[in-house]
Amino acid sequence: MELAIQTKGLTKIYGSGNTEVVAMKDASMDVAVGEVIALLGPSGSGKSTFLTAVGLINPPTSGQVMIGGQLVLDGAVAKTRLRTFRRKHIGFVFQKSNLIPFLSAVENVMVLLELDGYTSRAARKRAMELLDYLGVADRASNLPSMLSGGQQQRVAVARAIANHPNVILADEPTAALDSHRGRQVMELFAKVAHEQGAGVIVVTHDHRALDIFDRIYEMEDGHMTEQQDAGVIAGS
Amino acid sequence: MNLAAKDIRHNPGRFALTAIGVGMLLMIVMGMGGIYRGIIDDAVLLIDSVDADLWIVQRDTRGPMAEVSRVPRNLVHRALAVPGVESSREFVHHTIQRERNDQPLRIAVLGLSWPTDKGEWIPLVAGRPIAQNHYEMIADKSLGLALGEQLPLGKDIYTVVGLTQNMIGTGGDGVAFFTVADAQAVQFDTPGEAIRLEREARVARGAESETGTLQPLLLERAALPGSELPPLGPPQISAVVVKVLPGADVHEVAETISAWGDVSVFTHKQQQDLVLRGPVEKARKQIGLFRVLLTVIAAIIMALILYTLTLDKIQSIALLKLIGAPNRVILGMILQQAMLLGVFGYGIAWLLGQRLFPLFPRRVIITNQDLVQLAFAVAVISLLASLLGIWKAMQVTPNQALD
Ligand SMILES: Nc1ncnc2c1ncn2[C@@H]1O[C@H](COP(=O)(O)OP(=O)(O)OP(=O)(O)O)[C@@H](O)[C@H]1O
Ligand SMILES: [Mg+2]
Repeated sequence: MELAIQTKGLTKIYGSGNTEVVAMKDASMDVAVGEVIALLGPSGSGKSTFLTAVGLINPPTSGQVMIGGQLVLDGAVAKTRLRTFRRKHIGFVFQKSNLIPFLSAVENVMVLLELDGYTSRAARKRAMELLDYLGVADRASNLPSMLSGGQQQRVAVARAIANHPNVILADEPTAALDSHRGRQVMELFAKVAHEQGAGVIVVTHDHRALDIFDRIYEMEDGHMTEQQDAGVIAGS
Repeated sequence: MNLAAKDIRHNPGRFALTAIGVGMLLMIVMGMGGIYRGIIDDAVLLIDSVDADLWIVQRDTRGPMAEVSRVPRNLVHRALAVPGVESSREFVHHTIQRERNDQPLRIAVLGLSWPTDKGEWIPLVAGRPIAQNHYEMIADKSLGLALGEQLPLGKDIYTVVGLTQNMIGTGGDGVAFFTVADAQAVQFDTPGEAIRLEREARVARGAESETGTLQPLLLERAALPGSELPPLGPPQISAVVVKVLPGADVHEVAETISAWGDVSVFTHKQQQDLVLRGPVEKARKQIGLFRVLLTVIAAIIMALILYTLTLDKIQSIALLKLIGAPNRVILGMILQQAMLLGVFGYGIAWLLGQRLFPLFPRRVIITNQDLVQLAFAVAVISLLASLLGIWKAMQVTPNQALD
């Protein structure tokens, strides 16, 4: 089985001494190519910490992150140029403030494509296609401040999948969406995962859409466990 | 896509206001440079206008532009007798301050050797040169006098017959041309009471002197006007200006004259240097220093502006880093904004300056060379000013996008 993401013993300790917080302890996860993973857990359990570690923006204190079979983070030590790696291989959707406030919706998607070598014209074309696909094409020229939370989130999703990443990381991407739209976004992730062979990890509280996921992990007090029987949770 | 432009488009009002602020600051820097040039230009303007090859002044003084210089009137004829001299003229120069409409009126008075010099060489913007030995004057526009206006000075009333523009004395006061006789009448205007007192004093001094005791009749003559008393020479003039014959060696003529014990001689160039290193030196330095300070202040203010502009974009910069934008994209955005601010500021400075500088009390001369120099300075300032913002942007971690 080809692995899109593999983490080994990820541990994150914030602060030191009296103020030390162990946000994540020995978290390991394998995500195969084309697999969509749900990450559940109560608030403060370390989900975002895990996701940002895998996303190479908040390196762990110890443990390893491998993406596409390549070791990219060994503890806090970068094994490659993380920023370039992110641009080429990782798509992000976060809980909030995903968009650049001075760029319109379509420009927010274009900026990533242009960074990746698209001409302005080609970038606009693809960005418009994606916005259309996500049902926000009519707001393409609006600034983020003029979009609803759900619309902003969909623009962020468009950007996250724009340059065919190997890994998509989404932190409660559907929190601002109604359940129908939320489900659509989850299905979109699944589609991208299956069609493009990307590994997808989605942090979610929305138990209604869990049937879409291939596997489910759960975090509690920084500890990661895999839910063996996804069906039980999905059905509950 | 140009991120710098997009950001500005997002908040054009703020950028415009900032650019206007920077522009005004740069206008003052520009103006300071112009005033600096103006002072230098004004200082040598009179010397250049007089256009003499040699200046003969009181021995060991630095000439009438720099200090009080007195030479006898007949020096004109002595100078004319020197081989190689084509012409020699009286030069009378002093500054007066009078009241006009309750406003102080400072005039740099310049005497013209009537009848050889009627002021034909003076570039007039209106009116005519002087046509009679008395009661006419040519005034600079900066004095605020109108053509045909009558100005009482001393015991006489003078009519403005001609107007000049930008004829400024070393001290920045407008120049007025009179005949030498009138210039001296203005300078040595003595009230009647003072004359009576002086005559009394002469009698008293005479009575105490040996000549007065031996020849009492002599004392009767003491009450005569000064011009009728041979021991009292005519009023002295400030200097004599000399033109040498074409082909004659200026330095040779200067050497001959400087051998005389009572005078010093300066060439045109020396006279210019004396003024520049003398009376205007401190003003020049002060303004030069002020200009440097203003430039530094402009740089600091621009740095702070660019820093705050960057602070406002921390979130966006973090997000750009998060999605993998290389540093050059982020640096480019800040640098381009700095440059745009510089360019707009410079343009606004230039436009404002065009309108405002003519209203300044002293002449503001903006040369093309200064404009180019300032453009370079602004480019460097913009670059340096963006460093603080760039430094801040480099500190931003992609993680901050999630805060
Ligand atoms: N920068 C930080 N400094 C110190 N402690 C932190 C920091 N970031 C997170 N933590 C702590 O780490 C723990 C895990 O936080 P994390 O944000 O990963 O939780 P989460 O599961 O994403 O919660 P939520 O569902 O509310 O988003 C929490 O106890 C949190 O207080
Ligand atoms: Mg979280």
